[in-house]
Amino acid sequence: MKMSNMIVLGLVSVGAAMILLPFIWMLSISVKPHAEVFSTDITLLPKSPTLQNYWHAISQTDIPLYLMNGVIVTGGILALQLLVTVPAAYALAHRDFRGRNVMFASVVAALLVPFHVTAIPVFIGFAEFKLLNSYTALILPFVATAFGTFLLRQAFARIPKELIDAARIDGMSEMGIAWRIAFPLGLPTVIAFAIFSVTAHWNDLFWPLIATTDPDLATPPRGILYFRDEESGDDIGPLMAGATLIIAPLVIGFLLAQKRFTQGLANTGLKG
Amino acid sequence: MSRRWITDLVLVGPAAIALILFIFLPVCIVFVLAFTDYQFGARTADFVGLENFSDLFGSRIGRKAITNTLIYAGIVIPTSVGLGLLVAVGLHSLSKTLPRISNALKAIYFLPVAATLVAMAVSWQMLMHPSLGLLNHWAVALGFSPVQWLSDRDTVIYSLAMIGVWQSVGYNMVLFLAGLSAIPETLYDASEVDGAESGWSRFWLVTWPMLGPTTLFVMIVTAATAFRVFETVATMTQGGPAFASDTIVYALYREGFVYFKAGYASAITVVFFLALLLLTVIQLVLVERRVHYR
Repeated sequence: MKMSNMIVLGLVSVGAAMILLPFIWMLSISVKPHAEVFSTDITLLPKSPTLQNYWHAISQTDIPLYLMNGVIVTGGILALQLLVTVPAAYALAHRDFRGRNVMFASVVAALLVPFHVTAIPVFIGFAEFKLLNSYTALILPFVATAFGTFLLRQAFARIPKELIDAARIDGMSEMGIAWRIAFPLGLPTVIAFAIFSVTAHWNDLFWPLIATTDPDLATPPRGILYFRDEESGDDIGPLMAGATLIIAPLVIGFLLAQKRFTQGLANTGLKG
Repeated sequence: MSRRWITDLVLVGPAAIALILFIFLPVCIVFVLAFTDYQFGARTADFVGLENFSDLFGSRIGRKAITNTLIYAGIVIPTSVGLGLLVAVGLHSLSKTLPRISNALKAIYFLPVAATLVAMAVSWQMLMHPSLGLLNHWAVALGFSPVQWLSDRDTVIYSLAMIGVWQSVGYNMVLFLAGLSAIPETLYDASEVDGAESGWSRFWLVTWPMLGPTTLFVMIVTAATAFRVFETVATMTQGGPAFASDTIVYALYREGFVYFKAGYASAITVVFFLALLLLTVIQLVLVERRVHYR
Protein backbone atom coordinates (compact mmCIF):
# COMPACT_ATOMS: atom_id res chain seq x y z
CA MET A 1 0.00 0.00 0.00
CA LYS A 2 1.19 3.48 -0.81
CA MET A 3 2.35 5.84 1.91
CA SER A 4 -0.22 8.49 0.98
CA ASN A 5 -2.99 5.91 1.29
CA MET A 6 -1.80 5.04 4.80
CA ILE A 7 -1.95 8.68 5.86
CA VAL A 8 -5.42 9.14 4.39
CA LEU A 9 -6.63 5.97 6.10
CA GLY A 10 -5.18 7.14 9.41
CA LEU A 11 -6.84 10.55 9.27
CA VAL A 12 -10.21 9.25 8.16
CA SER A 13 -10.12 6.61 10.92
CA VAL A 14 -9.41 9.21 13.60
CA GLY A 15 -12.41 11.18 12.37
CA ALA A 16 -14.55 8.04 12.41
CA ALA A 17 -13.50 7.36 16.01
CA MET A 18 -14.69 10.85 16.95
CA ILE A 19 -18.02 10.21 15.22
CA LEU A 20 -18.37 6.94 17.14
CA LEU A 21 -17.49 8.44 20.52
CA PRO A 22 -21.02 9.29 21.71
CA PHE A 23 -22.28 5.90 20.48
CA ILE A 24 -19.56 4.03 22.35
CA TRP A 25 -20.07 6.14 25.47
CA MET A 26 -23.80 5.46 25.40
CA LEU A 27 -23.35 1.70 24.93
CA SER A 28 -20.62 1.62 27.54
CA ILE A 29 -22.63 3.35 30.29
CA SER A 30 -25.66 1.23 29.37
CA VAL A 31 -23.77 -1.92 30.41
CA LYS A 32 -21.90 -0.45 33.38
CA PRO A 33 -23.16 -1.35 36.85
CA HIS A 34 -24.41 1.54 39.00
CA ALA A 35 -21.26 1.86 41.10
CA GLU A 36 -19.02 2.05 38.05
CA VAL A 37 -20.99 4.91 36.48
CA PHE A 38 -20.49 7.05 39.58
CA SER A 39 -16.94 5.96 40.29
CA THR A 40 -14.30 8.70 40.09
CA ASP A 41 -12.24 6.42 37.90
CA ILE A 42 -13.91 7.17 34.58
CA THR A 43 -13.19 4.74 31.75
CA LEU A 44 -14.39 4.66 28.17
CA LEU A 45 -15.09 0.93 28.23
CA PRO A 46 -16.93 -0.94 31.00
CA LYS A 47 -14.92 -3.13 33.36
CA SER A 48 -17.65 -5.54 34.42
CA PRO A 49 -20.43 -5.30 31.82
CA THR A 50 -23.97 -6.31 32.78
CA LEU A 51 -27.37 -6.27 31.05
CA GLN A 52 -29.07 -5.20 34.29
CA ASN A 53 -29.71 -1.65 33.00
CA TYR A 54 -31.56 -2.98 29.95
CA TRP A 55 -33.72 -5.18 32.15
CA HIS A 56 -34.44 -2.13 34.34
CA ALA A 57 -35.29 0.05 31.31
CA ILE A 58 -37.64 -2.59 29.88
CA SER A 59 -39.39 -3.70 33.06
CA GLN A 60 -39.35 -0.63 35.36
CA THR A 61 -39.79 2.28 32.95
CA ASP A 62 -42.13 3.37 30.15
CA ILE A 63 -39.51 2.85 27.42
CA PRO A 64 -41.51 -0.04 25.83
CA LEU A 65 -44.58 2.22 25.75
CA TYR A 66 -42.59 4.98 24.03
CA LEU A 67 -41.30 2.51 21.45
CA MET A 68 -44.84 1.29 20.80
CA ASN A 69 -46.07 4.88 20.44
CA GLY A 70 -43.25 5.44 17.99
CA VAL A 71 -44.42 2.48 15.90
CA ILE A 72 -48.06 3.63 15.99
CA VAL A 73 -47.26 7.24 15.09
CA THR A 74 -44.65 6.63 12.38
CA GLY A 75 -46.69 3.73 10.95
CA GLY A 76 -49.88 5.79 10.99
CA ILE A 77 -48.19 8.74 9.33
CA LEU A 78 -46.62 6.62 6.58
CA ALA A 79 -49.83 4.68 5.86
CA LEU A 80 -51.93 7.84 5.54
CA GLN A 81 -49.24 9.63 3.53
CA LEU A 82 -49.15 6.81 0.97
CA LEU A 83 -52.95 6.48 0.90
CA VAL A 84 -53.32 10.14 -0.03
CA THR A 85 -50.15 10.63 -2.06
CA VAL A 86 -50.01 7.61 -4.40
CA PRO A 87 -53.27 8.38 -6.28
CA ALA A 88 -52.47 12.11 -6.43
CA ALA A 89 -48.93 11.51 -7.69
CA TYR A 90 -50.27 9.09 -10.31
CA ALA A 91 -52.84 11.61 -11.52
CA LEU A 92 -50.21 14.37 -11.67
CA ALA A 93 -47.95 12.15 -13.76
CA HIS A 94 -50.41 10.44 -16.12
CA ARG A 95 -53.70 12.29 -16.26
CA ASP A 96 -54.62 15.51 -17.94
CA PHE A 97 -57.04 17.36 -15.69
CA ARG A 98 -57.97 20.96 -15.17
CA GLY A 99 -55.83 22.51 -12.45
CA ARG A 100 -53.02 20.01 -12.88
CA ASN A 101 -50.39 22.68 -13.39
CA VAL A 102 -51.71 24.69 -10.45
CA MET A 103 -51.61 21.57 -8.30
CA PHE A 104 -48.07 20.71 -9.33
CA ALA A 105 -46.89 24.29 -8.76
CA SER A 106 -48.50 24.19 -5.30
CA VAL A 107 -46.66 20.99 -4.46
CA VAL A 108 -43.35 22.58 -5.44
CA ALA A 109 -44.19 25.73 -3.45
CA ALA A 110 -45.14 23.64 -0.42
CA LEU A 111 -41.69 22.02 -0.55
CA LEU A 112 -40.32 25.35 0.68
CA VAL A 113 -42.38 25.30 3.89
CA PRO A 114 -40.74 23.57 6.85
CA PHE A 115 -43.10 22.14 9.43
CA HIS A 116 -42.05 24.71 12.06
CA VAL A 117 -43.76 27.41 10.03
CA THR A 118 -47.19 25.82 10.17
CA ALA A 119 -47.03 24.65 13.80
CA ILE A 120 -48.82 27.58 15.47
CA PRO A 121 -51.95 27.64 13.27
CA VAL A 122 -52.13 23.83 13.24
CA PHE A 123 -51.93 23.85 17.04
CA ILE A 124 -54.75 26.43 17.22
CA GLY A 125 -56.87 24.32 14.87
CA PHE A 126 -56.34 21.13 16.86
CA ALA A 127 -57.09 22.94 20.12
CA GLU A 128 -60.30 24.28 18.59
CA PHE A 129 -61.45 20.75 17.67
CA LYS A 130 -60.23 19.34 21.03
CA LEU A 131 -57.83 17.01 19.23
CA LEU A 132 -54.64 17.83 21.14
CA ASN A 133 -53.20 15.03 23.27
CA SER A 134 -54.17 12.24 20.92
CA TYR A 135 -52.59 10.01 18.31
CA THR A 136 -54.63 11.98 15.78
CA ALA A 137 -52.77 15.15 16.72
CA LEU A 138 -49.44 13.41 16.30
CA ILE A 139 -50.30 11.82 12.94
CA LEU A 140 -52.74 13.99 10.99
CA PRO A 141 -50.64 17.15 10.28
CA PHE A 142 -48.11 15.10 8.34
CA VAL A 143 -50.57 13.56 5.89
CA ALA A 144 -49.88 16.53 3.63
CA THR A 145 -46.47 15.70 2.23
CA ALA A 146 -45.31 17.86 -0.64
CA PHE A 147 -42.02 16.00 -0.61
CA GLY A 148 -43.70 12.60 -1.01
CA THR A 149 -46.05 13.85 -3.72
CA PHE A 150 -43.20 15.41 -5.65
CA LEU A 151 -40.92 12.39 -5.32
CA LEU A 152 -43.59 9.87 -6.35
CA ARG A 153 -44.82 12.01 -9.22
CA GLN A 154 -41.29 12.08 -10.64
CA ALA A 155 -41.02 8.31 -10.26
CA PHE A 156 -44.44 7.58 -11.77
CA ALA A 157 -43.73 9.93 -14.69
CA ARG A 158 -40.95 7.56 -15.78
CA ILE A 159 -43.46 4.74 -16.32
CA PRO A 160 -44.11 4.41 -20.08
CA LYS A 161 -47.42 5.88 -21.25
CA GLU A 162 -48.13 2.76 -23.34
CA LEU A 163 -48.21 0.63 -20.23
CA ILE A 164 -50.81 2.87 -18.60
CA ASP A 165 -52.87 2.97 -21.83
CA ALA A 166 -52.77 -0.81 -22.10
CA ALA A 167 -54.13 -1.12 -18.55
CA ARG A 168 -56.90 1.36 -19.40
CA ILE A 169 -57.87 -0.63 -22.49
CA ASP A 170 -58.00 -3.74 -20.32
CA GLY A 171 -60.65 -1.92 -18.32
CA MET A 172 -58.67 -1.26 -15.18
CA SER A 173 -59.97 1.60 -13.05
CA GLU A 174 -57.76 4.65 -12.54
CA MET A 175 -57.45 3.91 -8.81
CA GLY A 176 -56.51 0.36 -9.75
CA ILE A 177 -53.77 1.59 -12.10
CA ALA A 178 -52.40 3.87 -9.38
CA TRP A 179 -52.13 1.04 -6.87
CA ARG A 180 -51.51 -2.04 -9.00
CA ILE A 181 -49.26 -0.60 -11.72
CA ALA A 182 -47.74 2.74 -10.69
CA PHE A 183 -47.16 1.78 -7.04
CA PRO A 184 -45.23 -1.48 -7.68
CA LEU A 185 -43.25 -0.01 -10.58
CA GLY A 186 -42.29 2.98 -8.46
CA LEU A 187 -41.47 0.82 -5.45
CA PRO A 188 -37.78 1.80 -5.11
CA THR A 189 -38.85 5.43 -4.77
CA VAL A 190 -41.69 4.49 -2.44
CA ILE A 191 -39.18 2.68 -0.21
CA ALA A 192 -36.78 5.64 -0.28
CA PHE A 193 -39.66 7.90 0.76
CA ALA A 194 -40.79 5.45 3.45
CA ILE A 195 -37.32 5.42 4.99
CA PHE A 196 -37.22 9.21 4.90
CA SER A 197 -40.66 9.54 6.47
CA VAL A 198 -40.15 6.94 9.21
CA THR A 199 -36.74 8.37 10.16
CA ALA A 200 -38.01 11.95 10.23
CA HIS A 201 -41.00 11.16 12.43
CA TRP A 202 -39.37 8.57 14.70
CA ASN A 203 -36.72 11.21 15.47
CA ASP A 204 -38.96 14.28 15.65
CA LEU A 205 -39.18 16.13 18.94
CA PHE A 206 -40.68 19.48 17.89
CA TRP A 207 -44.28 18.50 17.19
CA PRO A 208 -44.70 15.84 19.93
CA LEU A 209 -43.42 18.42 22.43
CA ILE A 210 -46.12 20.83 21.27
CA ALA A 211 -49.08 18.58 20.53
CA THR A 212 -49.03 16.34 23.62
CA THR A 213 -48.59 16.78 27.35
CA ASP A 214 -49.73 13.26 28.23
CA PRO A 215 -46.69 11.02 28.96
CA ASP A 216 -48.71 7.98 27.82
CA LEU A 217 -48.63 9.40 24.27
CA ALA A 218 -44.92 10.19 24.25
CA THR A 219 -42.98 9.15 21.15
CA PRO A 220 -39.41 7.86 21.71
CA PRO A 221 -37.57 11.24 21.74
CA ARG A 222 -40.24 12.85 23.92
CA GLY A 223 -40.27 9.80 26.17
CA ILE A 224 -36.53 9.66 26.77
CA LEU A 225 -36.75 13.26 28.00
CA TYR A 226 -39.57 12.37 30.43
CA PHE A 227 -37.39 9.52 31.66
CA ARG A 228 -34.32 11.73 32.04
CA ASP A 229 -36.20 14.47 33.89
CA GLU A 230 -37.74 11.97 36.31
CA GLU A 231 -34.65 9.95 37.15
CA SER A 232 -32.85 13.11 38.37
CA GLY A 233 -29.34 11.92 37.71
CA ASP A 234 -29.38 8.66 39.64
CA ASP A 235 -30.36 6.13 36.96
CA ILE A 236 -27.92 7.06 34.25
CA GLY A 237 -27.29 3.41 33.35
CA PRO A 238 -30.94 2.64 32.58
CA LEU A 239 -31.26 6.05 30.86
CA MET A 240 -28.47 5.13 28.45
CA ALA A 241 -29.97 1.67 27.97
CA GLY A 242 -33.25 3.39 27.09
CA ALA A 243 -31.51 5.74 24.66
CA THR A 244 -29.80 2.75 23.03
CA LEU A 245 -33.14 0.95 22.63
CA ILE A 246 -34.59 4.08 21.00
CA ILE A 247 -31.89 4.49 18.37
CA ALA A 248 -31.62 0.72 17.81
CA PRO A 249 -34.42 0.17 15.25
CA LEU A 250 -33.20 2.81 12.79
CA VAL A 251 -29.50 2.13 13.34
CA ILE A 252 -29.99 -1.61 12.77
CA GLY A 253 -32.18 -0.87 9.76
CA PHE A 254 -29.46 1.41 8.40
CA LEU A 255 -26.69 -1.14 8.92
CA LEU A 256 -28.76 -3.85 7.19
CA ALA A 257 -29.80 -1.71 4.22
CA GLN A 258 -27.16 0.99 3.89
CA LYS A 259 -27.75 1.73 0.22
CA ARG A 260 -31.48 2.22 0.62
CA PHE A 261 -31.06 4.34 3.74
CA THR A 262 -28.49 6.65 2.18
CA GLN A 263 -30.79 6.96 -0.83
CA GLY A 264 -33.83 7.73 1.32
CA LEU A 265 -32.06 10.20 3.57
CA ALA A 266 -29.55 11.91 1.33
CA ASN A 267 -29.51 11.05 -2.33
CA THR A 268 -33.12 12.02 -2.90
CA GLY A 269 -31.48 15.41 -2.64
CA LEU A 270 -34.12 17.23 -0.65
CA LYS A 271 -35.09 17.46 2.97
CA GLY A 272 -38.61 18.11 4.14
CA MET B 1 -67.26 14.20 -18.97
CA SER B 2 -68.54 14.55 -15.42
CA ARG B 3 -67.44 11.00 -14.57
CA ARG B 4 -63.93 11.92 -15.56
CA TRP B 5 -64.12 14.92 -13.29
CA ILE B 6 -65.21 12.75 -10.39
CA THR B 7 -62.29 10.36 -11.01
CA ASP B 8 -59.83 13.25 -10.88
CA LEU B 9 -61.43 14.53 -7.71
CA VAL B 10 -61.15 11.14 -6.00
CA LEU B 11 -57.51 10.78 -7.02
CA VAL B 12 -56.27 14.29 -6.27
CA GLY B 13 -58.87 15.69 -3.87
CA PRO B 14 -57.56 14.28 -0.56
CA ALA B 15 -53.99 15.39 -1.27
CA ALA B 16 -55.17 18.85 -2.34
CA ILE B 17 -57.30 19.25 0.78
CA ALA B 18 -54.42 18.09 3.00
CA LEU B 19 -52.02 20.57 1.36
CA ILE B 20 -54.47 23.44 1.79
CA LEU B 21 -55.47 22.53 5.33
CA PHE B 22 -52.04 21.77 6.77
CA ILE B 23 -49.70 23.90 4.69
CA PHE B 24 -51.17 26.81 2.73
CA LEU B 25 -53.89 27.91 5.15
CA PRO B 26 -51.52 27.78 8.18
CA VAL B 27 -48.88 29.79 6.31
CA CYS B 28 -51.47 32.50 5.58
CA ILE B 29 -52.68 32.46 9.19
CA VAL B 30 -49.19 32.74 10.63
CA PHE B 31 -48.52 35.81 8.48
CA VAL B 32 -51.69 37.45 9.85
CA LEU B 33 -51.05 36.45 13.47
CA ALA B 34 -47.55 37.94 13.29
CA PHE B 35 -49.16 41.40 13.25
CA THR B 36 -51.44 40.75 16.25
CA ASP B 37 -51.07 40.32 20.00
CA TYR B 38 -53.00 37.02 19.93
CA GLN B 39 -52.50 34.65 22.85
CA PHE B 40 -53.45 30.95 22.71
CA GLY B 41 -56.90 30.46 24.20
CA ALA B 42 -57.92 34.11 23.87
CA ARG B 43 -61.15 34.90 22.06
CA THR B 44 -59.96 38.19 20.62
CA ALA B 45 -56.80 39.81 19.38
CA ASP B 46 -55.76 43.29 18.28
CA PHE B 47 -53.61 44.32 15.39
CA VAL B 48 -50.37 45.77 16.70
CA GLY B 49 -48.62 46.53 13.43
CA LEU B 50 -44.93 45.77 13.48
CA GLU B 51 -44.64 45.67 17.28
CA ASN B 52 -43.82 41.93 17.42
CA PHE B 53 -41.02 42.42 14.93
CA SER B 54 -39.60 45.43 16.76
CA ASP B 55 -39.76 43.35 19.97
CA LEU B 56 -37.81 40.56 18.31
CA PHE B 57 -35.11 42.75 16.78
CA GLY B 58 -35.17 45.38 19.55
CA SER B 59 -35.05 43.29 22.71
CA ARG B 60 -31.86 41.84 24.12
CA ILE B 61 -33.36 38.34 24.27
CA GLY B 62 -34.75 38.47 20.74
CA ARG B 63 -31.46 39.66 19.30
CA LYS B 64 -29.62 37.02 21.31
CA ALA B 65 -31.65 34.24 19.66
CA ILE B 66 -30.87 35.63 16.22
CA THR B 67 -27.13 36.16 16.81
CA ASN B 68 -26.81 32.73 18.46
CA THR B 69 -28.42 31.08 15.44
CA LEU B 70 -26.06 32.99 13.13
CA ILE B 71 -22.99 32.04 15.20
CA TYR B 72 -24.13 28.42 15.24
CA ALA B 73 -24.70 28.39 11.48
CA GLY B 74 -21.48 30.32 10.93
CA ILE B 75 -19.54 27.52 12.60
CA VAL B 76 -21.52 24.51 11.43
CA ILE B 77 -21.75 25.41 7.72
CA PRO B 78 -18.04 25.85 6.86
CA THR B 79 -16.79 23.20 9.29
CA SER B 80 -19.16 20.40 8.35
CA VAL B 81 -19.00 21.17 4.63
CA GLY B 82 -15.18 21.31 4.75
CA LEU B 83 -14.85 18.13 6.80
CA GLY B 84 -17.52 16.40 4.69
CA LEU B 85 -15.50 17.21 1.58
CA LEU B 86 -12.20 16.01 3.13
CA VAL B 87 -13.72 12.75 4.32
CA ALA B 88 -15.39 12.17 0.95
CA VAL B 89 -12.17 12.78 -1.00
CA GLY B 90 -10.30 10.50 1.42
CA LEU B 91 -12.83 7.69 1.23
CA HIS B 92 -13.14 8.07 -2.54
CA SER B 93 -9.40 7.58 -2.95
CA LEU B 94 -9.43 4.59 -0.58
CA SER B 95 -12.40 2.98 -2.32
CA LYS B 96 -10.20 1.60 -5.12
CA THR B 97 -7.55 -0.04 -2.96
CA LEU B 98 -9.53 -0.81 0.21
CA PRO B 99 -13.20 -0.98 -0.81
CA ARG B 100 -14.41 -2.79 2.32
CA ILE B 101 -12.72 -0.54 4.85
CA SER B 102 -13.82 2.50 2.88
CA ASN B 103 -17.44 1.30 2.96
CA ALA B 104 -17.33 0.54 6.69
CA LEU B 105 -15.94 4.02 7.43
CA LYS B 106 -18.62 5.56 5.25
CA ALA B 107 -21.29 3.77 7.29
CA ILE B 108 -19.78 5.06 10.53
CA TYR B 109 -19.79 8.66 9.32
CA PHE B 110 -23.40 8.38 8.24
CA LEU B 111 -24.58 6.81 11.52
CA PRO B 112 -25.47 10.14 13.23
CA VAL B 113 -27.91 10.93 10.40
CA ALA B 114 -30.05 7.87 11.14
CA ALA B 115 -29.68 7.84 14.95
CA THR B 116 -32.32 9.73 16.95
CA LEU B 117 -30.70 13.08 17.70
CA VAL B 118 -32.47 13.53 21.05
CA ALA B 119 -31.14 10.20 22.34
CA MET B 120 -27.66 11.05 21.07
CA ALA B 121 -27.90 14.48 22.73
CA VAL B 122 -28.58 12.69 26.02
CA SER B 123 -25.34 10.77 25.45
CA TRP B 124 -23.48 13.97 24.53
CA GLN B 125 -24.78 15.51 27.73
CA MET B 126 -23.12 12.67 29.66
CA LEU B 127 -19.90 13.06 27.64
CA MET B 128 -19.93 16.76 28.58
CA HIS B 129 -20.98 16.14 32.20
CA PRO B 130 -18.79 18.40 34.40
CA SER B 131 -17.67 15.63 36.79
CA LEU B 132 -18.76 12.25 35.37
CA GLY B 133 -18.11 13.08 31.72
CA LEU B 134 -15.40 11.57 29.59
CA LEU B 135 -14.41 14.83 27.86
CA ASN B 136 -13.41 16.57 31.07
CA HIS B 137 -11.78 13.40 32.36
CA TRP B 138 -9.56 13.40 29.27
CA ALA B 139 -9.02 17.17 29.41
CA VAL B 140 -7.73 16.89 32.98
CA ALA B 141 -5.58 13.87 32.11
CA LEU B 142 -3.97 15.94 29.35
CA GLY B 143 -3.30 18.79 31.74
CA PHE B 144 -6.12 21.15 30.74
CA SER B 145 -8.57 22.59 33.20
CA PRO B 146 -12.08 21.08 33.03
CA VAL B 147 -14.49 22.86 30.65
CA GLN B 148 -18.04 23.85 31.58
CA TRP B 149 -19.31 22.67 28.21
CA LEU B 150 -22.98 23.44 28.73
CA SER B 151 -23.17 25.74 31.75
CA ASP B 152 -20.67 28.42 30.70
CA ARG B 153 -22.34 31.25 28.78
CA ASP B 154 -19.32 31.79 26.58
CA THR B 155 -18.89 28.13 25.67
CA VAL B 156 -22.36 26.63 25.33
CA ILE B 157 -23.16 27.70 21.77
CA TYR B 158 -19.80 26.31 20.58
CA SER B 159 -20.49 23.01 22.34
CA LEU B 160 -23.83 22.80 20.52
CA ALA B 161 -22.16 23.75 17.22
CA MET B 162 -19.68 20.92 17.74
CA ILE B 163 -22.58 18.48 17.99
CA GLY B 164 -24.15 20.09 14.93
CA VAL B 165 -20.94 19.41 12.99
CA TRP B 166 -20.78 15.86 14.36
CA GLN B 167 -24.28 15.25 13.07
CA SER B 168 -23.97 16.70 9.57
CA VAL B 169 -20.48 15.68 8.40
CA GLY B 170 -21.70 12.25 7.27
CA TYR B 171 -24.67 13.68 5.40
CA ASN B 172 -22.42 16.11 3.53
CA MET B 173 -19.92 13.33 2.89
CA VAL B 174 -22.57 11.26 1.10
CA LEU B 175 -23.54 14.20 -1.11
CA PHE B 176 -19.88 14.86 -1.96
CA LEU B 177 -19.26 11.17 -2.70
CA ALA B 178 -22.11 11.28 -5.22
CA GLY B 179 -20.52 14.36 -6.77
CA LEU B 180 -17.08 12.72 -6.87
CA SER B 181 -18.30 9.56 -8.57
CA ALA B 182 -19.83 11.71 -11.31
CA ILE B 183 -16.46 13.18 -12.32
CA PRO B 184 -15.31 11.35 -15.46
CA GLU B 185 -11.97 9.52 -15.09
CA THR B 186 -10.82 10.95 -18.44
CA LEU B 187 -10.51 14.41 -16.89
CA TYR B 188 -7.90 13.11 -14.46
CA ASP B 189 -6.00 11.45 -17.30
CA ALA B 190 -6.11 14.70 -19.24
CA SER B 191 -4.83 16.69 -16.28
CA GLU B 192 -1.92 14.27 -15.91
CA VAL B 193 -1.00 14.84 -19.56
CA ASP B 194 -1.08 18.55 -18.76
CA GLY B 195 1.47 18.01 -16.01
CA ALA B 196 -0.70 17.76 -12.88
CA GLU B 197 1.07 14.80 -11.37
CA SER B 198 0.56 15.11 -7.63
CA GLY B 199 -2.80 14.30 -6.07
CA TRP B 200 -2.83 17.81 -4.71
CA SER B 201 -2.63 19.57 -8.07
CA ARG B 202 -5.14 17.15 -9.57
CA PHE B 203 -7.54 18.10 -6.76
CA TRP B 204 -7.27 21.82 -7.51
CA LEU B 205 -7.27 21.38 -11.28
CA VAL B 206 -10.11 18.85 -11.63
CA THR B 207 -11.90 17.78 -8.45
CA TRP B 208 -12.56 21.12 -6.84
CA PRO B 209 -13.93 22.94 -9.93
CA MET B 210 -15.99 19.90 -10.91
CA LEU B 211 -17.50 19.79 -7.42
CA GLY B 212 -18.65 23.42 -7.66
CA PRO B 213 -22.37 22.70 -8.05
CA THR B 214 -22.27 19.99 -5.37
CA THR B 215 -20.48 22.26 -2.89
CA LEU B 216 -23.01 25.01 -3.37
CA PHE B 217 -25.89 22.57 -2.92
CA VAL B 218 -24.31 21.04 0.20
CA MET B 219 -23.78 24.48 1.71
CA ILE B 220 -27.39 25.50 1.17
CA VAL B 221 -28.72 22.22 2.60
CA THR B 222 -26.42 22.53 5.62
CA ALA B 223 -27.47 26.14 6.15
CA ALA B 224 -31.14 25.17 6.06
CA THR B 225 -30.53 22.46 8.67
CA ALA B 226 -28.36 24.72 10.83
CA PHE B 227 -31.00 27.47 10.95
CA ARG B 228 -33.49 24.89 12.22
CA VAL B 229 -31.39 23.76 15.18
CA PHE B 230 -33.83 22.72 17.89
CA GLU B 231 -33.44 19.17 19.24
CA THR B 232 -30.04 19.63 20.88
CA VAL B 233 -31.08 22.95 22.41
CA ALA B 234 -34.34 21.56 23.77
CA THR B 235 -32.62 18.46 25.13
CA MET B 236 -29.40 19.83 26.57
CA THR B 237 -29.74 23.50 27.48
CA GLN B 238 -33.31 24.77 26.93
CA GLY B 239 -31.74 27.96 25.64
CA GLY B 240 -29.74 28.54 28.81
CA PRO B 241 -27.75 29.51 30.72
CA ALA B 242 -29.25 33.02 30.59
CA PHE B 243 -30.34 32.66 26.94
CA ALA B 244 -26.73 32.00 25.88
CA SER B 245 -27.86 29.10 23.68
CA ASP B 246 -31.29 30.40 22.69
CA THR B 247 -31.93 29.95 18.96
CA ILE B 248 -34.66 31.05 16.54
CA VAL B 249 -36.66 27.81 16.49
CA TYR B 250 -36.23 27.27 20.23
CA ALA B 251 -37.42 30.84 20.88
CA LEU B 252 -40.39 30.17 18.58
CA TYR B 253 -41.24 27.09 20.65
CA ARG B 254 -40.76 28.78 24.03
CA GLU B 255 -42.61 32.01 23.28
CA GLY B 256 -45.43 30.21 21.50
CA PHE B 257 -45.95 27.01 23.40
CA VAL B 258 -44.53 27.68 26.87
CA TYR B 259 -45.58 31.34 27.25
CA PHE B 260 -48.52 31.04 24.79
CA LYS B 261 -47.64 34.31 23.04
CA ALA B 262 -48.95 33.17 19.64
CA GLY B 263 -48.66 36.60 18.01
CA TYR B 264 -45.03 37.11 18.96
CA ALA B 265 -44.13 33.49 18.13
CA SER B 266 -45.77 33.95 14.72
CA ALA B 267 -43.51 36.95 14.08
CA ILE B 268 -40.49 34.80 14.93
CA THR B 269 -41.88 32.16 12.54
CA VAL B 270 -42.22 34.70 9.74
CA VAL B 271 -38.63 35.90 10.18
CA PHE B 272 -37.40 32.30 10.22
CA PHE B 273 -39.42 31.44 7.12
CA LEU B 274 -38.26 34.51 5.18
CA ALA B 275 -34.63 33.71 6.04
CA LEU B 276 -35.04 30.18 4.65
CA LEU B 277 -36.79 31.52 1.52
CA LEU B 278 -33.94 33.97 1.00
CA LEU B 279 -31.54 31.04 1.15
CA THR B 280 -33.53 29.25 -1.57
CA VAL B 281 -33.54 32.36 -3.76
CA ILE B 282 -29.76 32.69 -3.35
CA GLN B 283 -29.42 29.04 -4.34
CA LEU B 284 -31.54 29.49 -7.47
CA VAL B 285 -29.71 32.66 -8.53
CA LEU B 286 -26.26 31.16 -7.99
CA VAL B 287 -27.15 27.92 -9.72
CA GLU B 288 -28.39 29.90 -12.71
CA ARG B 289 -25.36 32.13 -12.89
CA ARG B 290 -22.23 30.43 -11.71
CA VAL B 291 -22.15 26.73 -11.89
CA HIS B 292 -22.44 25.58 -15.46
CA TYR B 293 -19.73 23.18 -16.35
CA ARG B 294 -21.45 20.70 -18.56
